[in-house]
Amino acid sequence: MTKERYQLNKELAQMLKGGVIMDVTNAEQAKIAEAAGACAVMALERIPADIRAAGGVSRMSDPKLIKEIQQAVTIPVMAKVRIGHFVEAQILEALEIDYVDESEVLSPADPVHHIDKHQFKVPFVCGARNLGEALRRIEEGASMIRTKGEPGTGDIVQAVTHIRLIQQEIAILKALREDELYEKAKQLQVPYHLVQYVHEHGKLPVVNFAAGGVATPADAALMMQLGAEGVFVGSGIFKSGDPAKRANAIVKAVTNYNDPKILAELSEDLGDAMVGINEEEIKTLMAERGQ
Amino acid sequence: MTIGILAVQGAFLEHAKMLSKLGVDSFEIRKKADIQRPMDGLILPGGESTSMYRILRDLDLVDDIKRLIASGLPVFGTCAGLLLLAKEVDNYKSDFLQTMDIKAVKNAYGRQLGSFRANGSFNGEDNIELVFIRAPYIASVKDGVEVLSVHDDKIVAARQDNQLVTAFHPELSDSTFIHSYFIDMCQEALS
Repeated sequence: MTKERYQLNKELAQMLKGGVIMDVTNAEQAKIAEAAGACAVMALERIPADIRAAGGVSRMSDPKLIKEIQQAVTIPVMAKVRIGHFVEAQILEALEIDYVDESEVLSPADPVHHIDKHQFKVPFVCGARNLGEALRRIEEGASMIRTKGEPGTGDIVQAVTHIRLIQQEIAILKALREDELYEKAKQLQVPYHLVQYVHEHGKLPVVNFAAGGVATPADAALMMQLGAEGVFVGSGIFKSGDPAKRANAIVKAVTNYNDPKILAELSEDLGDAMVGINEEEIKTLMAERGQ
Repeated sequence: MTIGILAVQGAFLEHAKMLSKLGVDSFEIRKKADIQRPMDGLILPGGESTSMYRILRDLDLVDDIKRLIASGLPVFGTCAGLLLLAKEVDNYKSDFLQTMDIKAVKNAYGRQLGSFRANGSFNGEDNIELVFIRAPYIASVKDGVEVLSVHDDKIVAARQDNQLVTAFHPELSDSTFIHSYFIDMCQEALS
């Protein structure tokens, strides 16, 4: 990836800000998501809640499905690859995907190495639970970061933990003396130049979205108030009673995340939310995949 | 002078930063009460046009914006903002604001792999950085529309009276040239 291409990829993420990216499993859902106001869709065969229920190895989606979804909508289409599976990423690049999500939701293909994202022209988004993880992914070439909230649970607790931690770590880094940055780089296991960037700007060098466990407009607004620049919603929409209505309510909640009156109206009469499972009830913590 | 920036989705902060470089105040428009505040110009930023328009419709902002444009308020649409203003979108059934006599093509350069940077001219000024992100272009314009920039034989910036559009993103470049052009439009409208 040339420097110019990387810049363009970061800029596409900037265009997605203040928006909602929705998981969809077919062209029909993609159209519902687009009509509801999604700023992008994530094409996958099974949504995280079903991946979790089914168990077994979970992989990149069938290119046929991805192409159908690309045909169905004009907004950007993203798709997931397994952590470290650079051939799945090569395939998605051949499909001209708009964004690759190197995702812990799928079964990791490599227990140690993430994809060297510099080898690609398409942009990558990666999950992070803390600042060190975020900056390591950025050094590998990620042009967008998202929290690694526990997917498929409808439980926001992990995403909240991650965004709070990342924001705290950024605030600390910003407050450090210049001569303390070298030690900080060592602690975070990241290159000095990224530590310096965060120290200087008080933010990540790329856009940071919330992901994992968002099920209601209030969840989405919570993540925005905590500092997320946009929201991914996975199982929360198409596992709920009235997907189109809920999707649209979450879109508007992200725009007016600071207005409790509007949030109250949006939260009204949405039908059943996804049932959800609590963090302590689940066997596989997907967020622990890939550090 | 105060500029309202539509902030329902997309890269609205980038525009606010450009304006503050020029010493111009701005505020965000996210709901009905915001659009009723006095303003000397309106920016429709980059982002996803379908997403923005759905929110505009639901928050009951469409008629207000149309009325402001009809009353002569200077408006500046970049990328998605251009699509919102175009009377016609070639490959998409647009029911957007449709206030400007141009025919646009959505995602005209293809998907993200088709995004690019180039050097071009704007209103006779050379060496302007043009940043195209999944960008549209203008296929044709009607009488009364002034073409301000052409890149690779495609119209990428135009003006019709109080409406200015660019298919590229001046808010992502280091130069404030095009924002100054818009601020001049706002100044003229004031005098």
